[in-house]
Amino acid sequence: MIEVVSRERCITCDRCVEVCPRNVFDAGEDGVPVIARQSDCQTCFMCEAYCPADALFVAPLARPVPPDSPLRDEDHLAEAGLLGSYRRQIGWGSGRTPGAAVAVGPEVPGAPPPIVSRTATTERTS
Amino acid sequence: MTASLELTAGVLVIGGGPAAAWAALKAAQAGADVVLADKGYCGTSGAAASAGTGIWYVPPDPEAREKAMASREALGGYLADRRWMARVLDQTYDGVNELATAGRYPFPVVDGRPLRRGVQGPEYMRRMRIMVRRAGVRILDHSPVTELLTDTGGAVAGAAGHRLQTDEPYRVRAAAVVLATGGCAFLSGTLGCHVNTGDGHLMAAELGAELSGMEFSNAYAIAPEATSLTKTAYYSYASFYREDGSVLEGAGSTRGRSVIARALLREKVYCVLDRADAGTRQRMRLGQPNFFLTFDRLGIDPFTQRFPVTLLLEGTVRGTGGIRIVSGDCATSVPGLYVAGDAATRELICGGFTGGGSHNAAWAISSGTWAGQGAARHAAALGPAAARRSVTGAGGAGLRPTGPAGGPGEHRDVVAAVQGEVLPYEKNYLRHADRLSPALAALHDVWRAVRAGLHGTGAEAVRTRQAAAMTAHARWMYTAALARPETRGMHKREDFPAQDPGWRHRLLVGGLDEIRTRPDEVAPVGPEEFGLRAAS
Repeated sequence: MIEVVSRERCITCDRCVEVCPRNVFDAGEDGVPVIARQSDCQTCFMCEAYCPADALFVAPLARPVPPDSPLRDEDHLAEAGLLGSYRRQIGWGSGRTPGAAVAVGPEVPGAPPPIVSRTATTERTS
Repeated sequence: MTASLELTAGVLVIGGGPAAAWAALKAAQAGADVVLADKGYCGTSGAAASAGTGIWYVPPDPEAREKAMASREALGGYLADRRWMARVLDQTYDGVNELATAGRYPFPVVDGRPLRRGVQGPEYMRRMRIMVRRAGVRILDHSPVTELLTDTGGAVAGAAGHRLQTDEPYRVRAAAVVLATGGCAFLSGTLGCHVNTGDGHLMAAELGAELSGMEFSNAYAIAPEATSLTKTAYYSYASFYREDGSVLEGAGSTRGRSVIARALLREKVYCVLDRADAGTRQRMRLGQPNFFLTFDRLGIDPFTQRFPVTLLLEGTVRGTGGIRIVSGDCATSVPGLYVAGDAATRELICGGFTGGGSHNAAWAISSGTWAGQGAARHAAALGPAAARRSVTGAGGAGLRPTGPAGGPGEHRDVVAAVQGEVLPYEKNYLRHADRLSPALAALHDVWRAVRAGLHGTGAEAVRTRQAAAMTAHARWMYTAALARPETRGMHKREDFPAQDPGWRHRLLVGGLDEIRTRPDEVAPVGPEEFGLRAAS
């Protein structure tokens, strides 16, 4: 769900208010959009894709995270390179190559071979 | 109530996903004056925009086309129609090429040749919005439709709804309407599908349209627990484990998905994508960056670390049932009403089993194109007189209760009650009359209460209508599921585990207070019938 609108980064363009398919944001009185209806958020990340200032962060969970979660901590998110990371990956923003132009995925096997017995623990490397 | 915004159009397209965008584009190109009204924002709305999807794009080589048509016929229980498959393959090929040229979608180039078998949702829908706007379509974002309007003869004559961001009612009078409102995922949390609540199905049924294949409505997608990341394709590389690390025997992303459902009824199920080699892993990231977004943000390496998974209902978004189509231009049985995309039945190309995103994407392009063109022709035939018709709102449940109106917020209880009957695996996925029958009886009770008292105005009406639409949808699903006493396509009955050759026909369902079913007298056209036609 949407968790962060960075007051520092926001350029008050209201793009997120416009593009959110669930109408989660309201325009703020000071220009910075307000998360007005978080429970309507569908965790689709589209607001992040459209934010030209990398000012938004959508936590990957379909429920709100606790107040002390690092996924609500703007400094942590900036440091971890997570603010604007979706936009970077899909190549949106000036000077970037659209991700669509290099999106050559693997040939996904239609019906994978049956699972053989072995334990997951021996496979783990981390 | 008087609408504060009154528009007149030749064609009104309801919805904002790929099918709606193609319908609006093609209607405008055919000369119609078009309004597109979406519940969200055309460009980010719907199941496709936030995902990446393959497209059933097959060059016009007879051998490749034959292979493409044959590939999923058995899975679909031989309920598909090769005439429709052939024309969808043709139309999709043209549509995707138009997206590449006129739409300037940046398809990847491999060995000097463009690779056009898939799109990234955000880029695709951004381009579609631009094409739609450039064609002169008037777009109303954040403007959910709450009911259709009809003329005195019962033909569709427009729609009414509510503009969320200005909090005002609106009406569009139109000569023809295209429903491209998507399928219904019952607010299960599947990616991008909160807008897909089956609104179009309810509105079509209120005008007397029938639905087809509603028993094929139990698609469930794999997702990491507590997330919205329902992108199942990459789980082809997965192994599934129990809490203690032992392998969940027989589990798999395709044929073994019911094993996962059964296990989830009693324990947690874990997954690792440990069957992808290093090169594959790299390509997976390029192909579907948003698949990894969730893992990166949770700090999980899905290739080496176990994570718990769940199954989320995709209902008729990935199921194949939907509003019945009566002619090649995607008309419904209601004069002036056309249907496109996941709101329509996709049995015509998939039969009773989903062809995955690839077929749905092809279907959105093709059915959107035909519905838009058909609606434009209908509008041209009616001429300007269409706008002078006397119109009435056709909405019932959730708008105009038959008894005393209930209190505000009641729609939440309705949604919870419906979800309680359709989300559980033991009811909808692992189907048996012993569980379907009481579930259907409970849903009928919910409907009676909805019809009698559920009520909302303004923005609240959008939510009461969604709740009503989901209630109706669930009842059609289980009525059809009980009426097909066999296993075919994705509809698997534990009490009838075999496919019955006597049931190789489609099943229509219709009605609101009283639901009726009947076999579709139009036989599916499979390889044998298609071969006979070609020979004669």
